Amino acid sequence: MKTLLVLLRKEFIQFRRNKFMPKLVVMFPMMAMLVIPLVTTMDVKNVNVAVVDADKSEISRRIVSDMQASPYLRLSLYAETYHEALDAVEKGAADVILLLPTDYEKKLVSGHAPSISVHANGVNATKGQLGAQYLSQAVTQTLIKLKRERGIVLPRENIYVQNRYNPTLDYRIYMIPALMVILVIMICGFLPALNLVGEKESGTIEQINVSPVSRVTFTLSKLIPYWIIGLMVLTFAMTIAWLAYGLVPTGSLLTIYAATLLFSFVMSGFGVAVANCSSTMQQSMYVMFFFIVIFQLMSGLMTPIDSMPQWAQYITYLVPPRYFIEIMRAVYLKGSAMQDLWPEFVVLAVIAAVMSLIAMLTYKKQS
Amino acid sequence: MDRNDRLAISVKGLTKRFGAFTAVDHITFDVAGGEIFGFLGANGAGKTTAMRMLCGLSFPTEGKGWVAGFDIMKQSEQIKKHIGYMSQRFSLYDDLTVVENMRLFAGIYGMKTSDAKLRIDELLSQLHFGQERHAIVGSLPLGWKQKLSFSVATIHRPEILFLDEPTGGVDPITRRQFWELIYSSVNEGMTVFVTTHYMDEAEYCNRLSVMVDGQIKALNTPKELKLQYGVDTMDEVFRRIARGATRSE
Repeated sequence: MKTLLVLLRKEFIQFRRNKFMPKLVVMFPMMAMLVIPLVTTMDVKNVNVAVVDADKSEISRRIVSDMQASPYLRLSLYAETYHEALDAVEKGAADVILLLPTDYEKKLVSGHAPSISVHANGVNATKGQLGAQYLSQAVTQTLIKLKRERGIVLPRENIYVQNRYNPTLDYRIYMIPALMVILVIMICGFLPALNLVGEKESGTIEQINVSPVSRVTFTLSKLIPYWIIGLMVLTFAMTIAWLAYGLVPTGSLLTIYAATLLFSFVMSGFGVAVANCSSTMQQSMYVMFFFIVIFQLMSGLMTPIDSMPQWAQYITYLVPPRYFIEIMRAVYLKGSAMQDLWPEFVVLAVIAAVMSLIAMLTYKKQS
Repeated sequence: MDRNDRLAISVKGLTKRFGAFTAVDHITFDVAGGEIFGFLGANGAGKTTAMRMLCGLSFPTEGKGWVAGFDIMKQSEQIKKHIGYMSQRFSLYDDLTVVENMRLFAGIYGMKTSDAKLRIDELLSQLHFGQERHAIVGSLPLGWKQKLSFSVATIHRPEILFLDEPTGGVDPITRRQFWELIYSSVNEGMTVFVTTHYMDEAEYCNRLSVMVDGQIKALNTPKELKLQYGVDTMDEVFRRIARGATRSE
C-alpha cells in the first residue's frame, strides 16, 4: 500500500511536469466539445434545387416561388428538360430535382392530378435525403394553402406528413453524450498505453522490474491516475455541455459518474494490456487505433446498433463502449436511473474486472 | 544443494538461448560473500545476459543458480529484495529530481521514511551532490547520472550489488570515485558483481572471470591470471583469452 502511494506520487509529479499532458487533458475535451457538435450537425442548409417545370401554370409557378422562400432551399436552375437538370446534379450545381408534370394544374382542378416527383442526389446521402424531405414539405405546404384558397381536392399521395422536429437540435443532443464517451475512450485508453510504453522505451521499467515491487502494485500505479483523469475529463465535458449547449443530464449525476468510473477501468486496463504486449510506441499505437476504430464504429456511437446486420449486432455485445453509450444516452436524455440500467452496469463491471486482471497478468517482470 | 548460505552467488551450467543463438553457454561459477567479482568479456560475449538472469530479469533456458541463497528459477522476487542493480543503460526517471528518484526507490524497497531520509542524506554527501540534488535528472551530465544510478542501486543496502559497466563513458576522476564507492560498499558488507571494459579496473577485483562467446574461458585472481598466461598486465591477459572470439558487436 505504501509502495503504491510512492509510485502514484511519482506518476503525478511526472504528469504535472510533462509539457504536453496537462494541456492535452484540458484542451482536448474543450476542443472536442466546442467544435465537434457544431461541425457534425445534420442540419442541411442551402439545398440546391433544379426545377423542371413542364406545366408552366400558375400553380406550378406558385410552388416554385413558395419553395424559394424556404431558408433551406435555393433555386439553382430552372431547367427545360429533365436531362438538363440531371446534368446540373452531376456537375454538383444541384442536389435535388423537382419535377412538375405537364398539365398539372388542369388535372389538379379536375381532381386527377399526377404526382409531383422529387429526385435526390444519393451521393451525399444526408444532404440528398434531407433536401428531398424539405422540398416535399415545402410543396405540400403550398398545396395545402391552395386547397384552402380554392377548394381543390388534393390527391392523397401528394401529402407528405413530416414529424415536426428540429434536426439540428436533436442531433446535437444525441451526439453530445456520445462525444463524452469518445473523450473517455481516447484519454483513458491512449494515455496509460503511451505512459507505459514510454517507460519501456526509456528503459526505466528495467529498474522497476529488478525491484521487488509486485505486479499488482505497479499496474495499479499505471491505472489509478487515469481513473481520476477520466472523471475529471467527464466533469469538464459536462460543464461545457451545460454552458455551451444548455444540456444537463435528465437523470442523476451519480449514475453517470459510476458508469464513467467503470468504463475508465475498462479503457485504462485495455491501454495497459496493449502496452504490456508491445515493445515500441508505434506498435502500441497501431494496435490501439485498430481497436478504437472498431469501438467507435461498432458501439452505436455514430450509427444505431438496430440498423446493423444481425451478425454485427452480436459482435457489438463484445464492444465495451456499447454499454457505456447506452447508459450515458439513457441517463442524459431519458433520465433513467441505475435500477433501470442494471444489466448494462453488471456487464460493464464484469468487463472492467476482466480487463484489469488482463492488465496485471500481461505485465511480465521477467522475460 | 537447495540453498547455499555461504556463497553470495552460485551458478551451475547456466544457459540462455534466443532461438538458435546461445547467448550464455553453460557457465558455472561461485561468488563468495564480500567479494568483488569482475565479469569481463568483449562486447556481445554474453555478460549482460548472464547478469540479467542472476537479477531475475530474464529466465534461464537451462541450468541452476542461487543468488543470496534463493533459487533463480523459482524465487526471483525474493532475490530482488536482496540485490541492487545498476544497468548499463541509464534507467532512472529523467523527469524527476535526484532526490525524488532516490525517495521513489527507497519507498519501493519498503524503507521507512525516516530511514530513507538519513540514507539519502548519507549517499548525497558521499557522492558529493550539492545543489544538484534538486536538479532534474535529465539535465545532469553522464557522470552525475551514473553516480545517481549507483546510489539508487545501493539505497536499500543490498547484500549483492550488480553493476553493469558502471564506469562506461565516465571521466577518470569520477571513475576513481566510483571505485572508492565500490570499496566502501564492500566494507559495509556488500558483495559486488561488476562488468567492465577497463583492465586497470579489473585489477581492483578480488577475482575475475573472462567470457568469450558465451562461455567462461578463465576464472582466477588477477595475479594468478597474469602468472598463468606469463604476462605483466591484465590487458595482455584479456587479449590472449579473447583472441579466439568469433562474435563481437
